[in-house]
Amino acid sequence: MGIEHSLFAGRLIHLGAIQYEKDAEIEARWTHDPEYLRLLDESPVRPRSVSQVKKQYEEIEKEANEHHNMFYYTIRARPGNLPEASIPDSSADPNGDRLIGFVKIYWIEWTHGNGWVKIGIGDPGDRGHGFGTEAFKMVMRYAFTELNLTSLSVSIPGDNPIALHVFKKAGFIEEVRRREAIQRDGEWYDLIHLGILKDEWINDSTGKRGANDC
Amino acid sequence: MIANLFHGKLVKLTAEEPEKLAEAYSRWQWDSELQRLGTTEPASMHSKKGILEYIEKQQKKEEDVRNFFFNIRTLEDDRLIGDVGLDGIRWNHGDAFVGIMIGDREDWNKGYGTDALRIILRYAFTELNLHRLSLNTFEYNPRAIRSYEKAGFKVEGRVRQYLNREGRRWDLIYMGILRDEWNSGNNSG
Repeated sequence: MGIEHSLFAGRLIHLGAIQYEKDAEIEARWTHDPEYLRLLDESPVRPRSVSQVKKQYEEIEKEANEHHNMFYYTIRARPGNLPEASIPDSSADPNGDRLIGFVKIYWIEWTHGNGWVKIGIGDPGDRGHGFGTEAFKMVMRYAFTELNLTSLSVSIPGDNPIALHVFKKAGFIEEVRRREAIQRDGEWYDLIHLGILKDEWINDSTGKRGANDC
Repeated sequence: MIANLFHGKLVKLTAEEPEKLAEAYSRWQWDSELQRLGTTEPASMHSKKGILEYIEKQQKKEEDVRNFFFNIRTLEDDRLIGDVGLDGIRWNHGDAFVGIMIGDREDWNKGYGTDALRIILRYAFTELNLHRLSLNTFEYNPRAIRSYEKAGFKVEGRVRQYLNREGRRWDLIYMGILRDEWNSGNNSG
């Protein structure tokens, strides 16, 4: 795969930058869905206003610029999003596309080559259509061939078996199980860490992890 | 009732003046092995002024109640020997990370670390009323793993090949202890 092959454009989605005005409104709406927030991580859920979301965007960009240990992209559905559509060229401007989620690589430790990954698809109606799967393939390619990381980690609350299944299918291996590290609605759940090494990603011959077909 | 929550058998937990700490840390930082046993960050050296500013920033950060940081002094001769603390507390789930450091090699293998660990566990479970504690350690530090196991921690998993040091890769090890395990062990004394 050569450098002419876009890192940011996929068949169904684009990875794009933040668009403050447009995105904040949509994202603020998502934060009023506690189910979504609980799937994302273990912080106490709380709704955010549009201006609070904008402030969060500023913090994200500030952290990315000052500490160089985070990359954050919006996920945008391509109009028509036909699976058969050809992959657009690198110069395609995704700004017109519909915001459906975000993906980030964070807590990067450059000396050791590790980063954490997180992905969110805001509207339940946009899940199960392959958007997340494609975004995830693209972000792995980005992490391993552009950032040259050697491993990726993800942490998943034990009450989210779907995410666990998705990451295992993508080649992640369960590495750590922090017992009873999550309490929700009176029940204790484990916090599970999964990881994938660059070599495992490269050696995957089926292509399902994206080493070959992205 | 515990006589003094900050006192163990050999050591006590204290708060120190930033100048005093900067002095000690600028001495301890010469030991690169000590740094590599304690953090994933690159071993590095800093001026006393830089360390002082860092300490002041840390002490401010502590006020956000997600961090509790103590220094360790010997009971016998009141010497400053290291630090121990809890950070990244997630109050809604009752979990925090433990970190501990004994600065001077002369003070290693004397039971000071084990004693300080005992105090911080008691503090976490009976004062902060946490549900569990977590910690990270490294594959190349079996001494630490043993001492955490002695304190009641169990290995909860390994992040494969996380660390890159001296040209090879090592696992990052996660350990944890639940409050029930601490209660039922002989660690509550």
